[in-house]
Amino acid sequence: MATAMGERKGIDFIGIVKEAAITAFVVFVLALPISGLRTTAEIGGLGVHARWDKVAMYMAIAFVGRIIWSLFLETRGRHRRESSESSIGKHVQKYAHFVGPALIVFAVVLPFMPFADRYILDVSIMVLTYVMLGWGLNIVVGLAGLLDLGYVAFYAVGAYSYALLALNFDLSFWVCLPMAGMFAATFGMILGFPVLRLRGDYLAIVTLGFGEMIRIILINWYSLTKGPDGLSGVPRPSFFGLPFERNPGEGVESFHGFFGIDYSSVHRIIFLYYLILILALITNAFTMRIRKLPVGRAWEALREDETACLSLGINPRNTKLTAFALGAMFGGFAGSFFATRQGFISPESFTFIESAIILMVVVLGGQGSQIGVVLAAVVIIGVPELFRELQEYRMLVFGAAMVLIMIWRPKGLLAFREPTLRLFEVKKSGLFGRKQASEAAE
Amino acid sequence: MMSAMAIETGRNPTLLEVEHLTMRFGGLVAIDDVSFSAKDREITAIIGPNGAGKTTVFNCLTGFYKPSVGRLALSHPRKGEFLLERMEGFTIPQKADVARTFQNVRLFPAMSVLENLIIAQHNKLMRASGFTIGGLLGLGTYRRAERDAVDLAKYWLDRMGLTDRADNEAGSLPYGDQRKLEIARAMCMQPVLLCLDEPAAGLNPRESEDLNQQLLYIRDEHKIGILLIEHDMSVVMTISDHIVVLDYGRKISDGSPEQVRNDPTVIRAYLGEEEDGELPPDVEQDLIDDARRQET
Repeated sequence: MATAMGERKGIDFIGIVKEAAITAFVVFVLALPISGLRTTAEIGGLGVHARWDKVAMYMAIAFVGRIIWSLFLETRGRHRRESSESSIGKHVQKYAHFVGPALIVFAVVLPFMPFADRYILDVSIMVLTYVMLGWGLNIVVGLAGLLDLGYVAFYAVGAYSYALLALNFDLSFWVCLPMAGMFAATFGMILGFPVLRLRGDYLAIVTLGFGEMIRIILINWYSLTKGPDGLSGVPRPSFFGLPFERNPGEGVESFHGFFGIDYSSVHRIIFLYYLILILALITNAFTMRIRKLPVGRAWEALREDETACLSLGINPRNTKLTAFALGAMFGGFAGSFFATRQGFISPESFTFIESAIILMVVVLGGQGSQIGVVLAAVVIIGVPELFRELQEYRMLVFGAAMVLIMIWRPKGLLAFREPTLRLFEVKKSGLFGRKQASEAAE
Repeated sequence: MMSAMAIETGRNPTLLEVEHLTMRFGGLVAIDDVSFSAKDREITAIIGPNGAGKTTVFNCLTGFYKPSVGRLALSHPRKGEFLLERMEGFTIPQKADVARTFQNVRLFPAMSVLENLIIAQHNKLMRASGFTIGGLLGLGTYRRAERDAVDLAKYWLDRMGLTDRADNEAGSLPYGDQRKLEIARAMCMQPVLLCLDEPAAGLNPRESEDLNQQLLYIRDEHKIGILLIEHDMSVVMTISDHIVVLDYGRKISDGSPEQVRNDPTVIRAYLGEEEDGELPPDVEQDLIDDARRQET
């Protein structure tokens, strides 16, 4: 059946078989040393044992898989897929005004869902932390177009600011939070100044170095940061002064005592969940708003063409510095949340891979796309977490997913830019819009 | 109309005074001791063969280069005198109100046409938004300022015939429209001096005729000075009030279109072969001799 259909469309079968044979050969070359030869312990030393059956199996899979893939491509046509590229993003963005609220409602009721156990909540908190970090980095990378590979430095500054302030001065989370943000923003400016003249790759390298510098300082400044030992006993958050402990000690009322409910360790998790949800939503609201202000537009203009910006009298120094500082500030907020959630921080948590993951969230989501960042954070953080049972294979799946996303959606999952203001009202999309449009047509 | 304009010429105050401008890049002298002036409410064209240093003059004027030697004095009709050679790049458009366009169009391609025009009003809006803080709080001053900015943008969109494309990506416009948008963007800055770097490059004859009308309109209605680099003689000779000719970084001629058209140095350096029957006598003699030799 499939053959008949194929022939009618004039598919080059010999070519496909040839291609499949080449693929099988490549698999043979790869599989022979990797899984074809196995070392076994024999009496008197190490022996090599050939497993031809496995190699043959892999080759067969590759051969058949390649044929199926070629047929799939032939019937579907490459060009059609590429043209749909931006339209999906456009489509989702069109419905953004109820996809967004729907997601928020879902996020708000999630802790009360029957399936939401502690594990789900923990994963959700992780995802939300990365959503927030992604939104923060989106200001720098997505809007201002400054490739920052050291974003984790601000995350670290925020975390250590909170931990040190809380441990040394006994300040509460709500006092430390803005201070941590401010410290991180200051560091953003400090980083911003020397890199103002750099663009593209050079900027990326310097920010990468800055990220590592902060980590190395944290390791070596033993008297302040306890170096690689890390800071433990970072105060856990309290519900406006009501701690989430079973026995909070003499004269202190606990959360469950105050509300007269049974003690449960999930209370704290739920509180942390809402805390990061609110912080993330603030980040989002801020970004959405500032995008429509002159400074936000100037960021985007700077990303598009710096020379043209100069000719329009836009101060590139100040504009870039605000982007760095504000992006860093949200990184700092997320950092202090991280510290209070973990209760323990060490430089280990702020390695380059964290920066890379945050950047991945932004890039895969589609630079500048707020909903894209959410989607990417769910894919990047949530999926490997959910497949934890698969153990070492989950990183393999993760890598494969990355490659596939880059092939199919090189501009990110939802790459679509909505203008910050319009001269003509677009007809409101979605159900109501459709109805109105059809009424007007009648 | 042209003659009426010519009579008026000379009565306008000087807007820009360039004195002994020299620009060296290492050993290369791109501009060598060039002096000229441009008057307010006039179109001053800078012409010359490729590599004559025209764009370098522009880059010095708009702060992209710091001149090696020279004085660039701009007499702003409302804000007094500015010495452009002493100002930092972006402050020239910001404070002295000098706008420019580029030889290869430089728009913000992924942003909408309207946004391009709003960004041109950045400094005005930035002040109105209380340097972002007021805007974040949603103060009325900012909303009003933004409405005014949109109105100004609308005016220029109408003027350039781009209103229908206002919400499209600037990068998706056809080339001619991109050129127009760049001029509209520069005008949204409400400049006192508009510097246009080859605005007619790549335009068809109808489009360049349209451009002529636009530039005359800007000069007459908005009463600003225009500095123009152009190769298209149909544009230069029709609309310029004053022409400066550069060759190899030196000024070789300066005057009204009539004067420049008949200046033998200019003809030799630049227009030579284009002007039939107006060749310099020695060149004409050479040609006649050549023809004779071929006949025999």
